[in-house]
Amino acid sequence: MELLKTGAAGTMESGDIYVEVDKGAGGVEIELQSTVASLYGRRIKEVISEVLKEQGVSSARITANDKGALDCTIRARVATALLRASEQGDSGWWKK
Amino acid sequence: MKNNIGHEIDQKLLDRMNFGLYGRDKDPRTAEKGKVHDSKMVASIEEAIKRSGLRDGMTISFHHHFRDGDQVLNQVMEVIAKLGIKNLKLAPSSLTAVHAPLVEHIKNGVVTSIESSGCRGTLADEISHGLMDTPVVFRSHGGRASAIADGRLHIDVAFLGATVSDEYGNASGTCLDESVENAAECGSLGYAKVDAQYADKVVIITNNIVAYPNAAGGIPGNQVDYVVKVDSIGDPAKISAGATRFTKNPRDLMIAEKAAQVIINSGYFKDGMSLQTGTGGASLAVTRFLTDAMLEQGVKARFALGGITGQMVKLHEMGLIDTLLDVQDFDVEAASSLRRNPNHHEIDGNTYASPFDRTAAINQLDVVILSALEIDTSFNVNVLVGSDGIIRGAIGGHPDTAAGAALTVIVSPLIRGRIPCVVDKVSTLCTDGALCDVLVTDAGVAVNPRRPEVAEALTKAGIRVTPIEQLKADAEAVVGKPDDLPFGEKVVALVTAPDGTVIDVVREICDND
Repeated sequence: MELLKTGAAGTMESGDIYVEVDKGAGGVEIELQSTVASLYGRRIKEVISEVLKEQGVSSARITANDKGALDCTIRARVATALLRASEQGDSGWWKK
Repeated sequence: MKNNIGHEIDQKLLDRMNFGLYGRDKDPRTAEKGKVHDSKMVASIEEAIKRSGLRDGMTISFHHHFRDGDQVLNQVMEVIAKLGIKNLKLAPSSLTAVHAPLVEHIKNGVVTSIESSGCRGTLADEISHGLMDTPVVFRSHGGRASAIADGRLHIDVAFLGATVSDEYGNASGTCLDESVENAAECGSLGYAKVDAQYADKVVIITNNIVAYPNAAGGIPGNQVDYVVKVDSIGDPAKISAGATRFTKNPRDLMIAEKAAQVIINSGYFKDGMSLQTGTGGASLAVTRFLTDAMLEQGVKARFALGGITGQMVKLHEMGLIDTLLDVQDFDVEAASSLRRNPNHHEIDGNTYASPFDRTAAINQLDVVILSALEIDTSFNVNVLVGSDGIIRGAIGGHPDTAAGAALTVIVSPLIRGRIPCVVDKVSTLCTDGALCDVLVTDAGVAVNPRRPEVAEALTKAGIRVTPIEQLKADAEAVVGKPDDLPFGEKVVALVTAPDGTVIDVVREICDND
């Protein structure tokens, strides 16, 4: 998947995560702010990296502002931001 | 020697019995007949501080009956700092988020140690990051009151805010004088009564001086040295902010309703019972859901104890609770009831919860409902340190009442946001799990294995009892297993049990990258 522009998904509501992605300067760069950083910061970055891998993204800059989202929410928001950035629309990835 | 009417009184007899003779040996302290003597009024906080003899290294105290609305502590500390007094021990009954200015006083060496029930906001955050060299000492309300009474916590000067006072220092948190405007009522001065009784010097700070006698209760003038009138002492509207707000959160209400069912079927819901509800939305709301069952089953409570709420007052006025024993008020309705209702009584911190007094009110308690930040699979409770490792609560009466009550019910959501509340091991131990009998969450009820008869009663009533390990696993299945908090080595606080022994320490928190 190639990122063509900036894509965003999510909200700043409690229990959600707001994610912005763009192509970046090569490699994967994750900038995370989280209300639960000390307990789940490592895990949130892990989940983001997993989604990037699943979507075949090797170059991306991700800015995420987390308000205690669960793993399933984080996966959905990151995947949606990636799809918006790549202008692919709904590829049906979520049905798999 | 002869007395005024010529009776012979032998000097040798007086010497032997160690008495003086009336008239000849008049005690110069005796008040003059018919004279209205000097009042205890002083012109300013500064003058009160100077006259109290406060100097470097002493211990000062305040009360937290105005909770988030308190304006006394910051006013006094500002003057103390201006006077250049340093190295003080600050020993208030508790600290709230409004006390953030203390950070500067600590940095400037005005305050070098703190003893309190709890701590919140900016100050708590700084302390958790290692602001102070001497660890903060956290005591329960009963623990503090007993430590003051037996001298382990000696207070040199107590600065006590009062809604009204007369010029002799008869001071109260309620106001009987209807002509007084701007009476900032906080209700019971229960914790402050202990300070007034035992501190070397007592300064009353009020915004209303009423004519003698102020007979509203509270602090008796014979324990008071100075009275200061200031413009404002507190905002009563903020008494019920923070930990004691009236919840509309549907999850809190659901937990409260379930907790009420647990109590009703626990075997302790009987005519003549007694109860207490601690801070926190769900805990305070339990009272509401007990009302119908009390009416239906003809159950009246003999007394309600502790932090009194408007809900408790409502039940009292409906005739469902005979007596309110009030050490502090959690809202304005409760504060005004203390003035209004003759069977609503103000009690001091030792009468409430001294761990060493077997006749303290807590030992008469049947049911207490308490909150938790975390509870672990051994039913140990943390009410002091947040999930981020930062101090954000207070011990309050938690371990006191848990130890005294026949049935201790802990209410907590299973998770808060992504934070699990039922865990393997609490980050900070405040109340021993052996004292906590039932846990009520939004996802199930667990009963301490030490209380099989309670589990049996609940099961018989159709309330499903889940092993606490299962609740912990359910929480973890939703939120995942959290990493360990990045605690450092430095101890920033001692957590004490009611008897004054150390039950845990809080270490400094290190920020992640």
